[in-house]
Amino acid sequence: MSEHALDRANPAAGRPVRLYTPPASLGGRLWSWRYLILRRVCQLGVLLMFFGTAHWGWSVAGAPLLTGNLSASEFAGLIPMTDPFAALQILLTRHMLATEALLGVGIVLAFYALVGGRVFCAWVCPVNMVTDLAGWLQARLGLANVLHLNRNLRYYGLALALVLSALTGLAAFEWVSPIAMLHRELIFGVGMGLTGVAGIFLFDLLVLKHGWCGHLCPLGAFYALLGRTAQLRVRFDARTCTRCGECIRFCPEPQVLKLDQAAAAGMVASGECTNCLRCVPICPEGSLSFDLRALIPRHNAQPLKPD
Amino acid sequence: MTAPANAGRRVFLVRLTQGAALAASGGLVWTYVLRSEARASPFALRPPGALAEPDFNALCIKCGQCVNACPYDTLRLATAWDSRPIGSPYFLPRETPCYMCTDIPCLKACPTGALSPQLKDIRDARMGLAVIDIENCLSWNGMRCEICYLTCPVRGRAITVERRTGPEGTHARLVPIVHSDHCTGCGVCEKKCPTQEAAIKVVQADLVKGDMGEHYRLMREGITPGAAPPAPAVPPAAGPDRRPAVPGLDVLNQGL
Repeated sequence: MSEHALDRANPAAGRPVRLYTPPASLGGRLWSWRYLILRRVCQLGVLLMFFGTAHWGWSVAGAPLLTGNLSASEFAGLIPMTDPFAALQILLTRHMLATEALLGVGIVLAFYALVGGRVFCAWVCPVNMVTDLAGWLQARLGLANVLHLNRNLRYYGLALALVLSALTGLAAFEWVSPIAMLHRELIFGVGMGLTGVAGIFLFDLLVLKHGWCGHLCPLGAFYALLGRTAQLRVRFDARTCTRCGECIRFCPEPQVLKLDQAAAAGMVASGECTNCLRCVPICPEGSLSFDLRALIPRHNAQPLKPD
Repeated sequence: MTAPANAGRRVFLVRLTQGAALAASGGLVWTYVLRSEARASPFALRPPGALAEPDFNALCIKCGQCVNACPYDTLRLATAWDSRPIGSPYFLPRETPCYMCTDIPCLKACPTGALSPQLKDIRDARMGLAVIDIENCLSWNGMRCEICYLTCPVRGRAITVERRTGPEGTHARLVPIVHSDHCTGCGVCEKKCPTQEAAIKVVQADLVKGDMGEHYRLMREGITPGAAPPAPAVPPAAGPDRRPAVPGLDVLNQGL
């Protein structure tokens, strides 16, 4: 433990501040990356299911396994899923969607309202892998941001997408979305859509860390609004927290870790939290954990285990 | 100097104007991109049952379920910077035409209704209209081809073969003629056309189809294209003053 860390002892906790030290052993490291690995498995698994259905005829009980793409899909010939943001834009063009698409909207809305809207961002969206790589590389290369943007810009983008959908009669974001472009072209054939993703990568790497996902993406903004009702949240135990700030350093949306607010709520309540769980393994005090919203007050009231 | 009492309001108004200007300029660029993408529509042949282009463009969610459902891999999704609207399904008949499945699986797979379930019979589909380049068509140049006629899934109705007299000193020709009231635009003819570049091509119907208007339609009453002229109202009398049975003359003289 460095002297510097000792100097920053937090009077509230009355304990010395420890910083995160990566485990020395490979097993320990892998364990500390457990959520990252799970997220990659989930992201690639979804992509692979779409790809396998489109190209290798993967099926289950005679029906295509997962046909379509993230805009709209059908699982096992039974469960339709529709991107609710895309559906909203289409409805604003004054066109009525068929029942299957509307049912798919209901299913997706219900799912993300429960697990957290931006779980889509951290666990499903393929762009997340690209922007995570850019963020990691930016830190590795020691590059500094050259631009500052307000993180609320995404909500203006969201509003603009809805207004333009109504004005132009076209689903405005769907026609330019680099997320849809990447996913579509990975599944149905590669074209210049990958340049959009390359643009995001360079923007995130050279201009602004987490620039796209954390500042601009209207779909992320939509899911952030939806995520306010999330039942899966990161629990925050203020009693053990030494305010070392390591979670904020690792978090791609650090504004959600306002620790005073989190202490009051007992959790990271903001819809902008993607439930990526980066913060959980790196917290030196174990103050952060993945939990059900309903159980959080009880868990935070349990007596502390002695160190 | 003290700050004016309404400084807060001034800041707010300036911010508001800045925000509006940003939204307006961003919105204009965004709209330009949208419109230039949508303008590429005339060059895309859509799957069967597709709604009229503006409605199709609005409703299609670009999910590709029709592409997956097509058993012949006919359909594909336009990639970015393609000369067709981004992400939307289309097909290139010269590569793979629509083979007109009677159960229309692509349409059944569409979750949004951009491919309208109102289409029940694939022969009522209007994906496009075949047009013949008579300068390069083998049959129109006096050779015996008629492959388009023979391979047409709506054979004998969408394409018929008719006899035309050739130029002086040549034999008669059997030429294919497309009939828009039966052509589904499936593109099998374009696929099978033996010329180097297809002499029969499917295009969106409204690019090539005219409209006579009500006035001329009235004049055509009683004459169906390709059919024999109706029997003369008055049978030509025998004898030296017999009038020639010129086709159409009786119709022109009707009511006189």
